[in-house]
Amino acid sequence: MATLGPSSFSPYPVAVYEGVLNPPPGHALMYNEIVEEEVAMREAAKAMLTRANPTIFPGPQVLYAWNEEAKEKAKLVKRMAQVLGAKIIPMYDYRPKYPKINPAVEINPNHPNLTIWHNRIKACIFVGVHCHYANVALKIIRAETDCFTIAMCGMAGHEDAMITLRDQHVEEMEKFIRIAEEVKRELGK
Amino acid sequence: MQTILDTVTYNRAGQKVVSPDYLLFEAPRTKHFMTGSEAVKEAVKRASVDASVSYPITPQSEAAHLIGELWVEGYVGVYFRGESEFGVMSELAGCAMAGARAITTTSGPGTLRAMENFPMWAGTRIPVQLVLMARGVNSPLSIQPDNLEVSFMLDTGCMIWYAENAQDLFDMILAGFVVAEQPDVHVPVVSVVDGFFVSHTREAIMLPPDDIALPPYNPYKAPMPVIDAEVPPGRFLRDPFVMKSNYISYATHASWQWEVRSAIERSRPYAKHYLRGLAEEFGDPEAEILFVACGTAAAQAKEAVRLLEDEGIKARVLKLKTIRPFPTEELIEATKNAKYVFVPEFNVVGWLEREVKSRLYGLSNAEIIGGPRVAGGMTMPAEVIVHEVMKLTGKEVKHVI
Repeated sequence: MATLGPSSFSPYPVAVYEGVLNPPPGHALMYNEIVEEEVAMREAAKAMLTRANPTIFPGPQVLYAWNEEAKEKAKLVKRMAQVLGAKIIPMYDYRPKYPKINPAVEINPNHPNLTIWHNRIKACIFVGVHCHYANVALKIIRAETDCFTIAMCGMAGHEDAMITLRDQHVEEMEKFIRIAEEVKRELGK
Repeated sequence: MQTILDTVTYNRAGQKVVSPDYLLFEAPRTKHFMTGSEAVKEAVKRASVDASVSYPITPQSEAAHLIGELWVEGYVGVYFRGESEFGVMSELAGCAMAGARAITTTSGPGTLRAMENFPMWAGTRIPVQLVLMARGVNSPLSIQPDNLEVSFMLDTGCMIWYAENAQDLFDMILAGFVVAEQPDVHVPVVSVVDGFFVSHTREAIMLPPDDIALPPYNPYKAPMPVIDAEVPPGRFLRDPFVMKSNYISYATHASWQWEVRSAIERSRPYAKHYLRGLAEEFGDPEAEILFVACGTAAAQAKEAVRLLEDEGIKARVLKLKTIRPFPTEELIEATKNAKYVFVPEFNVVGWLEREVKSRLYGLSNAEIIGGPRVAGGMTMPAEVIVHEVMKLTGKEVKHVI
């Protein structure tokens, strides 16, 4: 259960108010440090390969065929899940659902902690989620769960995630998959 | 997400699309003589604006009317009259939610009539721009400059920028769209200027050519999906967010509000670049007397610095260009050597004094003096500011007030 956080009456920690901003282009954010993208990718892959019940949460930008890039990214998400041995639980809609969602098969940005609690997820990747909803969800997850969060963002990133990879398009996702395969071999998995 | 909007060469008006850096910093400029309202028109002309809604209240300024002329000339995609200021701000939100770059202007009473919309704008993460030509909200009604309404806007979740003159306003309107539309910012921007002093008076202003313009807004980079208003009943509201009485909805609302405020904080590096700093200093950097001001008060404080020089007193001005985000670091740095901090203002409540005091609490030994302060349309001659300083130093005033 949430307690009063560092951001006054917010029950949630807010990275920006702790002085953590998104990384500049070409870099990544790991915890509160700006690092090379490859360093962050390796750490992200390691977290997904070593923590319990790793899960990818794809959002509408890769779930629906808006354009060719979205279709290509969707295939890469599937490939990524295979390499990481991760489950895929979609965030297909942003509207709140009452009385509650079915946490076994979906995640919702308004109460993402329910899905993480239900499935005992200890590492996750957000990909294709519109930035506002990713940010709302990541603050809640950070406060309410012990899940290691990785944001794979096509835009400027999400400082509330533990690892932020920014400007992630097809080429970068392919790079991440290659790195994940390497890390997997190194871990003997 | 790569879209066709990333690669356009000409906008709907046939203007060549150039980078924001080129338009703001590199394009050759020529001198013109115009009012602040006309400067708004010139900025909108170069901003590839999709939509503008106006309410024809007088005597705010003719800025909204001039944007209408731009629509006739083909520079603005959609232009219509709202039924009230509340209608204007709501309709502008609709335009922005549908993916349009949108702008309007208002002032004092209209701002308050539309008030409910501003936090709604921020909560829906639309990067609309409001040019607020401040004229006060007091009764009896003032139609003269007074910036009391700005105090009501401070915590709406919008960025608040403050222009000193027509040149500032022109540049801020263009920079405002660029910063507000950054995917990780994407909240509204309110570009404030003191009504009448700036909106109605003519001054020299340097303008880039009018055959170049900002790249069009790309709504596919927005942090929320744009609506599809073509499919009724459809999602007229992108995400009907209804607070219900359970813990989870409170939690979401809390996170949501902090996210909006985080977005304003994320604007700092962009605003620093496109405004060339969130604040700027004028005068002797070693001076122990510091004026912290924005808008016309900053201009008058600069004049006061010149007059004080004649009296043998060193002083300087920290002009704040942004109020949200507040340039806290810049303020703390500027007050390091200061013994006295004056906050001259054009309103009765001293909202900037409150801001300055709260940011400096426990961090500065300087005495903070909330004033001089004028309201209801009074001017603030530089001599009035000088007089306040002279009272403090116990010196005789040479200048005639």
